[in-house]
Amino acid sequence: MTEIFGVPTQALFGQLLIGLINGSFYALLSLGLAVIFGLLNIINFTHGAQYMMGAFVAYLLANKAGVGYWWALAIVPVVVGATGIVIERLMLAKLYKLDHLYGLLLTFGLALIIQGLFRNEYGTSGLPYAMPSELSGGRNLGFMFLPNYRAWVIVASLAICIGTWFVIERTKLGSYLRAATENPALVQAFGINVPRMITLTYGFGVALAALAGVMAAPIYQVSPQMGADLIIVVFAVVVIGGMGSILGSILTGFGLGIIEGLTKVFYPEASNTVIFVIMAIVLMIKPAGLFGAQK
Amino acid sequence: MKLKQTILAAAIAAMAGTAGAQVSDGVIKIGVMNDMSSLYADIAGPGSVIAARMAIEDFGAAKKGMKVEVLSADHQNKPDVGSQIANQWYDVDKVDAIFDVPTSSVALAVNEITKKKGKAFLVSGAATSDLTGKACSPNTIHWTYDTWMLANGTGSAIVKTGGDTWFFLTSDYAFGHALERDTEAVVLKGGGKVLGKVRHPLNAQDFSSFLLQAQASKAKIVGLANAGGDTTNSIKQAAEFGIVKGGQSLAGMLVFLSDIHGLGLDKAQGLIFTETFYWDLNAQTREWTKRFVAQSKGKYPTMVQAGVYSAVMHYLKAVEAAKTDDGTKVIAQMKAMPTDDPLFGKGSIRKDGRKIHPAYLVEVKKPSESKGPYDYYKVRATIPANEAFRPEKDGGCNL
Amino acid sequence: MPKSQKIALAVMTAFFLLAPLVLYPVFLMKAMCFALFACAFNLLIGFGGLLSFGHAMFLGTAGYACAHAAKVWGFPPEFAILFGTAMAALLSFVTGLLAIRRQGIYFAMVTLALAQMIYFYYLQAPFTGGEDGIQAVPRGILFGVLNLSNVWAMYGMVFVIFMGGFLLVYRVIHSPFGQVLKAIRENEPRALSLGYDVNRYKLLAYAISGTLAGLAGATKALVFQLASLTDVHWSMSGEVVLMTLLGGLGTVFGPVVGAFIIITLETYLAQLGAWVTIVQGVIFVICVLTFRRGVVGELGNWLRKPL
Repeated sequence: MTEIFGVPTQALFGQLLIGLINGSFYALLSLGLAVIFGLLNIINFTHGAQYMMGAFVAYLLANKAGVGYWWALAIVPVVVGATGIVIERLMLAKLYKLDHLYGLLLTFGLALIIQGLFRNEYGTSGLPYAMPSELSGGRNLGFMFLPNYRAWVIVASLAICIGTWFVIERTKLGSYLRAATENPALVQAFGINVPRMITLTYGFGVALAALAGVMAAPIYQVSPQMGADLIIVVFAVVVIGGMGSILGSILTGFGLGIIEGLTKVFYPEASNTVIFVIMAIVLMIKPAGLFGAQK
Repeated sequence: MKLKQTILAAAIAAMAGTAGAQVSDGVIKIGVMNDMSSLYADIAGPGSVIAARMAIEDFGAAKKGMKVEVLSADHQNKPDVGSQIANQWYDVDKVDAIFDVPTSSVALAVNEITKKKGKAFLVSGAATSDLTGKACSPNTIHWTYDTWMLANGTGSAIVKTGGDTWFFLTSDYAFGHALERDTEAVVLKGGGKVLGKVRHPLNAQDFSSFLLQAQASKAKIVGLANAGGDTTNSIKQAAEFGIVKGGQSLAGMLVFLSDIHGLGLDKAQGLIFTETFYWDLNAQTREWTKRFVAQSKGKYPTMVQAGVYSAVMHYLKAVEAAKTDDGTKVIAQMKAMPTDDPLFGKGSIRKDGRKIHPAYLVEVKKPSESKGPYDYYKVRATIPANEAFRPEKDGGCNL
Repeated sequence: MPKSQKIALAVMTAFFLLAPLVLYPVFLMKAMCFALFACAFNLLIGFGGLLSFGHAMFLGTAGYACAHAAKVWGFPPEFAILFGTAMAALLSFVTGLLAIRRQGIYFAMVTLALAQMIYFYYLQAPFTGGEDGIQAVPRGILFGVLNLSNVWAMYGMVFVIFMGGFLLVYRVIHSPFGQVLKAIRENEPRALSLGYDVNRYKLLAYAISGTLAGLAGATKALVFQLASLTDVHWSMSGEVVLMTLLGGLGTVFGPVVGAFIIITLETYLAQLGAWVTIVQGVIFVICVLTFRRGVVGELGNWLRKPL
């Protein structure tokens, strides 16, 4: 058996694949954040709480309404996205004229509220969410046992990321959105309803977070804490990728997942810190991020 | 500034207060401090307060003319919050004894404060065996369980039943390292081998890469030297990766009934670990549990909550016997009296403050084997009291 | 000092001198430590315009350093606190060099990243005791004469440190240095074009802020006689932002009021558990939406006097 740096290649490939799977989650979550920041210049600290809400709504749908996973994938993003729209209309819209930091503080406060409410109601032990039967089990790839669900995560995540990137970068709707961030007044003068677009964009970003939450529910414990520490990591991903760049977040998300996976093999104690170290370095060398453009 | 109080005894001091003669301000004040809202809320939390109240009732404080009050507070798992509450309780609210306190860092802080002020501290929730080791104190008794007992109970019992090759999944902080170290020592002493270990960061969400390494090692037992959310996450994901189906067994080092409830039997089945109380052990525990469940909105008691009941009961008996609520004296009295309650049976308290009672190695049932709510465990083995805890001379306590 | 501020100063001093007769001294000492922390933070954001989301790293580093010095090396309290503060100063200088080069959101994110790295380092480093923290830190004897185990002696020391720190912050704000800082906050390119070494000023402000935050942390370690991970966690960084925001960004007395309110809330609501976080979140939201000047800011605005 060949070895690279003391680790058998088989195990290495297994870890790389795991890293790719985790990267899918990072990519999906950072995509939502990047969309919101890139197009609206809002740092959405609530993203982690909205991810958690996605998982919880899926749980509630399954346990109170008997609605299964596949339906949840469609319903949950809409429901949570709607709450995002409410937040945007009622609160965020008032802050656009001010320093961006206020947006950050507002979403931070909202995250505290949402998390606190869920913790109050559901405690923190976490709730079980059943894996959809079509996706349970797995196949033996030779170098590792790959659960089917994890494979699904990679596929779905790639599809959504590519789809979103395509819509924003290659369609007319996307170009309106991009133009509106550059010069809202002018775009509005052309008769396009800019505030509504902004609202829907925020809703879309939130919906992406909720979707990631539904996908996470079968494999991670559904608990009010699940978004809290994850959000900081996702921020790091977005910052490294370039806060305005959709493509940057996607690529960085997958890339960092792989790097983290490798760290877990060679030096697992540091796997928490490695992303922040990279973030600090990138910010020093290229502050706009790897793919970002200095605004 | 008053903290939330739940006044229990209906008999106000109108009753002939003979027992109140040397009790400070005529009232015995008990403080139940734990995590009411976060990681350990289901393991201890409001359930511990219920257990305390049940103990006061069963002791018959009212009939004996003893006035007992219960306060409770949430330390949020933070040592500074816990120590502030303890200081305030002792200085301002005239609390005589503090109970429960999960989270070892908070327990250690309260341990110091209690010693300084000469009060009493009965620990049920925290795990660190230092409380009866280098941090031992004449004012503290460590109830329910500790890290040594967990490591020893689970480790040696599993090795005896054939689980002789181990792989550790360890939480990378002091508590995780301690669990791993203690369990490894036991495994090696029992003739087993440790095939490998991997350290994961605290609160890691994803264990797939660590579990992969565990699978590759082909160890019979995957030991989870972690706690709380890390344990439940690793168990859940181990099920996903087919670890148990592939023939390996999971050994949890610190698992509670509420964790199993949160996981569900299909994910947790086959898990092996040690506890000192299970609601379904015998007729007495069942009967007590029925009363508990009536007050707890359907949640069944964990060993931590049962420990609070047992500790409050014994504490009150000691106060009655010693005719005082001075902390140091009551603790000494508690050590002098053997313990007996429906939950832990007969036991005793050592000079170093360690309460001794039997421990049980349990295995989580398969979904098909469970016949009712919270019917989760089968008892695989009983570890007698004198073997379950660290020998007194090994602790480094100089009491 | 304008008259309104002189009055406010007198009120504050009188309050902290007389309150321990009525309120629990340990609670007041905690409030003073956090008030100092918030004042230090306010220096950076209220006057320098830089939002640091990682200030907990100074509070915690100084706390650990002081606790270690007092417990393991047996330093007397004055040296333990000095050592802790010095460590925070060093850290703030080093992190400042890294962080200052970026502005606005990026600056906040860098400080957050750096603080997270420090947190994870402390989580694993053996000397911090990890989850247990450093316990049973001796308070010692101040200057060889004053036994700090006596609560009044301890209170006196904390009071002196708090007042000293507060007045230092005031002095910095109202010095020429402070004026330049404000100019940089208002319009950095213009300050640059006027010939000011903008980065040097920002770095110095950051370092002073971090050092004073460290002073608060070191003192707090002796008050509670323990140093724990809570002090380096990012939620602590969020809390100081909340205190300053609630009190009033850019006001002199705002941080003190904000810190006092939040500490009181936490103590009163402690038994309600999760509600503490919810209430904090609600305060954040309300402050950002409608109460941006904060308590003292609104008061000052209503009185039309600087506070």
